[in-house]
Amino acid sequence: MNFDKELDARGLNCPLPILRAKKALGELTSGQVLRILATDPGSVKDFVAFAKQTGNELLSSAENNKEFEFYIKRK
Amino acid sequence: MTTTPDMTNIDELINKRLEELLPQKLEALLQAREEAKTPSLAIIATKGTLDWGYPPFILASTAAALGWDVTIFFTFYGLQLVKKDLSDLKVSPLGNPGMPMKMPFGPDWFRGLNWNIPNIIQAGVPGFENLATALMQQTIKNNGVAGLEELRELSLEAGVKFSVCQMTVELFGFDHNDFVEGMDYVGAASFLPVAQVADVTLFI
Repeated sequence: MNFDKELDARGLNCPLPILRAKKALGELTSGQVLRILATDPGSVKDFVAFAKQTGNELLSSAENNKEFEFYIKRK
Repeated sequence: MTTTPDMTNIDELINKRLEELLPQKLEALLQAREEAKTPSLAIIATKGTLDWGYPPFILASTAAALGWDVTIFFTFYGLQLVKKDLSDLKVSPLGNPGMPMKMPFGPDWFRGLNWNIPNIIQAGVPGFENLATALMQQTIKNNGVAGLEELRELSLEAGVKFSVCQMTVELFGFDHNDFVEGMDYVGAASFLPVAQVADVTLFI
């Protein structure tokens, strides 16, 4: 999937992945996509809730080898 | 000959129709208002230890990231959380049976051990609190958990309002210079109206 910016949140724990993602999204323009890498298992549900609350669209959420990858489109 | 219904009939018809329509309209209006409203969070932070400093800053910074309006009211020992230097905050395992004592170093089997140290020893050994604090700080670092100062900084950056209880500042002999910039020094009368309209209010 194409993306405009990448955030490496691996090794970070709650709530840092969400806080960093919020900041990174702020640097994008509407419609641009942020790719996030994380290792915090709690982030899977947290990014669903974050997307729902903020109106930014969670395009995909995947796990491979204990790493999580999210794509979020800026509102 | 006319077939116009009399007034009673008209009233009945209007009433019946209104009863059908009004709940739907009200529901839609209330939902629109709910969706347009910015959620808000008001926290009272009353604890001044390393461990209890986390919940207010984690919840405040996350709520701000979700787009909420957030206010934290710091009072009593919570004042420790707005001091310029947070490095002297401590954690005490004394009288806290819920706190696991695990070592943040060594092989996995060693890290997994829970050191069940009796209160009498914790209270009697000088420097036990410093040891527990150092271990907690190392554990925090090992787990990629943010430092308190970082979370506080992120909260302030995200627009979280910090209200500080002026009465307890004086009670404990603090000075405004002891605290970080951007504080609002207020009393209970200023915080209560904020809490009144907040969707979520937490006492921590």
